[in-house]
Amino acid sequence: MQPVLLIDFGSTYTKVTAVDLSGPTLLGTAAHFTTVETDINEGLNNALGELSKKVGTLDYTARYACSSAAGGLRMITSGLVPELTAEAARLASLGAGAKVIKVYAYELTEEDIEEIDALKPDIFLLTGGTDGGNRAYIEQNARMLAQCKTRFPILVAGNRSSTTTCLRILEGREVTACPNVMPKLGALNIEPTQNEIRALFLERIIKAKGLSTAAELIDGILMPTPAAVLSAMELLSGGTKTTPGLGELVGVDLGGATTDIYSIAAGHPDHDAVMKGLPEPYAKRTVEGDIGMRYSALGVLEAVGVERLAELSGLSEAQVLAMTEHISAQPDSLPDTEDYAALDYAIACAAIETAVTRHAGHLEEIYTPTGPAYMQMGKNLTGVTKLVVTGGAIIHNQQAPLIARHAFYTESAPFSLKPKTADIYIDRRYILASMGLLGQNHPDAALTIMKKELEYHGTAE
Amino acid sequence: MEKKKLVLGVIGADVHAVGNKILDHAFTHAGFEVINLGVLVSQEEFIEAAIETAADAIVVSSLYGHGELDCRGLRDKCKEAGIGDILLYVGGNIVVGKQPFEEVEQRFKDMGFDRVFGPGTSPDEGIAFLKKDLNITE
Ligand code: B12
Repeated sequence: MQPVLLIDFGSTYTKVTAVDLSGPTLLGTAAHFTTVETDINEGLNNALGELSKKVGTLDYTARYACSSAAGGLRMITSGLVPELTAEAARLASLGAGAKVIKVYAYELTEEDIEEIDALKPDIFLLTGGTDGGNRAYIEQNARMLAQCKTRFPILVAGNRSSTTTCLRILEGREVTACPNVMPKLGALNIEPTQNEIRALFLERIIKAKGLSTAAELIDGILMPTPAAVLSAMELLSGGTKTTPGLGELVGVDLGGATTDIYSIAAGHPDHDAVMKGLPEPYAKRTVEGDIGMRYSALGVLEAVGVERLAELSGLSEAQVLAMTEHISAQPDSLPDTEDYAALDYAIACAAIETAVTRHAGHLEEIYTPTGPAYMQMGKNLTGVTKLVVTGGAIIHNQQAPLIARHAFYTESAPFSLKPKTADIYIDRRYILASMGLLGQNHPDAALTIMKKELEYHGTAE
Repeated sequence: MEKKKLVLGVIGADVHAVGNKILDHAFTHAGFEVINLGVLVSQEEFIEAAIETAADAIVVSSLYGHGELDCRGLRDKCKEAGIGDILLYVGGNIVVGKQPFEEVEQRFKDMGFDRVFGPGTSPDEGIAFLKKDLNITE
């Protein structure tokens, strides 16, 4: 037996997972409330206590952890044009597992600097200009940032001709230079910046957030939780040297406050559509901060309208309004009546519909003298045939496979490029983040366990 | 010396792709850095690309006859976006049918284009003017 412990310090729960590498098998999982205010170890020890009741006391050969506790990794980014470098910076941060709390474009104003001071980001990502392109904006924004009263690490990843100037302007602060996130127009280079974000997370953020005491007893807090989930999705999709993966996939992580969508897919056009806009990363993550089952239930209501939730739930519009209000104010509430279960079902369907629509690319039809022509913005996911569903708010719902179908393409929105037919997999044991962690050192074991433990629910359309 | 940068593309709902590829090749060969946006390019895309790359000129093609409509307002938007002085060229079959070129040229100059090229203009002619307007000597 070669037991390994995986820990996920969440904002509300600390989840622990024990695996045996020599199987490789999943031994068990447990969870307990996170206790950031007092001592993060308390939540961890309680969770471990519960785990040992299930799997016995094990002599772990390694312990790995990820964290989204204490607000996760909060980032602010700035770029030049909103659709270009500002978007590249946002995509880079999201893919590194950050929570992007603000994106600025063009020049930072005095008010923006005040806002940044008030928001106190964990990291600021400063970009703008292609290599050899515009220098004025990024340098001006560096001068503005130098006026911030709060201290936070700054990553400079814009026009390389401006890097030295920016470093000089920001002297005395914690600044790191990275290669440009958009070295040429329409070409992304976000990985080096993502590696730097992760390194900063390890070195600095963990300490700042009081997680370091916990860090001593484990072999390193490896990454922010969303980065671990993304990593698991990539492993599940791409496989390892010896074992094939599932191929291109879309992942849905439905939570109480946010809904994350992942796509591991090229997303090329399949019509004779012309690609427009920034090319998107093969492994793409988006976060919908207004879409979720509890804190963000009202955001779902706002996004789809009360009629839609009434239609999906079979409740009256008045009921939907009152009950949605109630659950968003009581984020711990469980769907303990038939009506509340129906509402949960409706909100989950609508949340997935909305979040996947925002994540997926779309077509725009343009009328030309010879008939319609099409432009594709974002990724075409119509040909993706695997859908993976995770998230505490959905995996225990018996209707999860039905809810998952709301990620699909519909005739009523033919220009939204969502998957048409896909095999549905549900992460019932809630192990994706752990497997992303395990996969850093033991990809084959992580892949085998995922393939075994993800519940297959047939093909749907 | 650093290469001069050109943003190139076919404006509007125009899908004629062949000339665009030839221009990309010819301009690159002549020593320019070409940021080619391809076909179906909106005014906003030309401008945004020019801002990020700090381009020296925007070279617009229009082949399908609707050039006048598609190009209207481009200079004003450039001014709005802070690149009001950028060099603007247009060429191809920029209007419908055969109209006296002098009149067409004047209409596009009134719209703010610095140089206007009629049907059948060779890329070389465009290159010669670019070198002149961007003070490239060699
Ligand atoms: C092939 C073709 C098509 C193909 C395009 C395929 C593709 N994806 O590329 C298809 C069938 C799709 C097509 C459609 C249409 N076409 Co068509 N098409 C042609 C054709 C036969 C050849 C175009 C070509 O590739 N030429 C070769 C390249 C190398 O030349 P070029 O495009 O002119 O580009 C050169 C120069 O113009 C110059 N240049 C261009 N821009 C600039 C800019 C500057 C600054 C400079 C200096 C030089 C410069 O340099 C380029 C390189 O040498 C021309 C007729 C012709 N012989 O030109 C008609 C033509 C362009 N089409 C025409 C028309 C009307 C259409 C349609 C509207 C309807 C139709 N009749 O089919 C649609 C429009 C579709 C759309 N939304 O864009 C007309 C335009 C008439 C006008 N402007 O008054 C033409 C001239 C035919 C005609 N005589 O009626 N077309």
